[in-house]
Amino acid sequence: MGAGHSHALYLLGTSPLHRARPQCKLAAAVLFVLAVVTTPREAFWAFGVYAAALIVLARVAGLPLPTLARRLVIELPFLLFAVFLPLVGQGERVEVLGVSLAVEGLWAAWNIVAKGTIGVATSVILAATTPVPELLRGLERLRLPAAFTTVAGFMVRYLDVITDEVRRMRIARISRGHDPRWIWQARAIAATAGTLFIRSYERGERVYLAMVSRGYAGSMPVLQDLAASRGQWLAALSLPAAAALVAATAWGLRP
Amino acid sequence: MTTPDPAALEVDGVAYAYPDGHQALFGVSFQVRRGERVALLGPNGAGKTTLVLQCNGVLLPGVGQVTVAGLPVTSEHFKEIRRRVGIVFQDPDDQLFMPTVAEDVAFGPANLGLRGPELETRVKAALAAVGMEEYAGRPPHHLSFGQRRRVAVATVLAMEPEILILDEPSSNLDPASRRELAEIVTGLDITILMVTHDLPYALQLCPRALIMNGGVISADGPTAELLADTELLAANRLELPFGFDPARVGPAA
Repeated sequence: MGAGHSHALYLLGTSPLHRARPQCKLAAAVLFVLAVVTTPREAFWAFGVYAAALIVLARVAGLPLPTLARRLVIELPFLLFAVFLPLVGQGERVEVLGVSLAVEGLWAAWNIVAKGTIGVATSVILAATTPVPELLRGLERLRLPAAFTTVAGFMVRYLDVITDEVRRMRIARISRGHDPRWIWQARAIAATAGTLFIRSYERGERVYLAMVSRGYAGSMPVLQDLAASRGQWLAALSLPAAAALVAATAWGLRP
Repeated sequence: MTTPDPAALEVDGVAYAYPDGHQALFGVSFQVRRGERVALLGPNGAGKTTLVLQCNGVLLPGVGQVTVAGLPVTSEHFKEIRRRVGIVFQDPDDQLFMPTVAEDVAFGPANLGLRGPELETRVKAALAAVGMEEYAGRPPHHLSFGQRRRVAVATVLAMEPEILILDEPSSNLDPASRRELAEIVTGLDITILMVTHDLPYALQLCPRALIMNGGVISADGPTAELLADTELLAANRLELPFGFDPARVGPAA
């Protein structure tokens, strides 16, 4: 696979995690996150186990931890929301460094931060070890309707083409002295968006024409058999199974 | 097949009006024999692209008939017609829509029902024919424009068509890519209809040319002769590039 924008999140490698079937990885990731989300928030140790499991996975895949940590930044807006919860929460309050915080709010914030971070980290690892086209094939194998995967595939394919078109239109605009500073100058940008929509729509028609000309009759041909063996499924599902066990134990240990 | 050796492409009295009423073709007739390379010349808006889309049934003529290697272009033959007629469109970004080059080249033959090693052989052969084997695993949008056009040719070659139709193959190519594409085209053992207004390219690649203007064929003959007729060219809004003298260039290879 070549490097480039649509593979921006993929880190080249040959680890077992890279080689695993995409559908197994997808299913394992979703089930793992489900197990994490159902874990009681009081069980700090359980979240430690989850985090440790993810770090081990990242090491096995040979992913540099600092890079993964930087990619976690995407969850910052959600964390900002979590920060406000202890400040505005109702009920019992505690004093921390002179600030009065709601206990219930603190728990809620911790819950969001812990589960959110582990969830995002899981998808960051998935994206770093699976190129986008393979993810799409994995989704297909998981019986996602072909309409969804095909649309997603086209989106990936044409994102660069459309971005490039936007760039050219912007350059053409500013080359003719457009220098938007005020809201009423936004008209040209709105017109650009409209033009872009029409152009993309027309391109869609041309792409369809080209597809029909090569014998397209309504369904995309399946080119590769990516079936996963029982062993591959077992290996992949051992992670969410272990996580489910941890979650169950955490519930059992709850006072 | 009805006759022992039917023409690769036969267009017989085709007239066509778009649904909005705009009439683009007014009775077009010509034949392309098997193995011929024919240029279809004409100014913008002459109806060239409309004619191309009649050849594989994307548009169906209001009057007249198109026949490909003896098979009439009608809805019951679409599958076979689209195998026989390979169209390379002007913008390779319209043609290449799969995540990787190899998958894109496989799209056509897979639609024909090919699978497994047979499909792989087709893909490899088609990519080899345009010298793009080593790019098989690349996403198309990371190739240069010239490379994308070559892959677009491969996507059609993989269907092993009777006739290859190239729509403005030299547009937007730099001189080196243009020459490379010419080498590929002359190296193919296949019937070719090349739509263009790049007259030197037509002369270089196609011994015979058709001139189209206003929805009709206005001239049909050896490319060198047509290009030497300045009045004919002027009447059809065709112009040779500055300093280009067809008489001083040898006829098409």
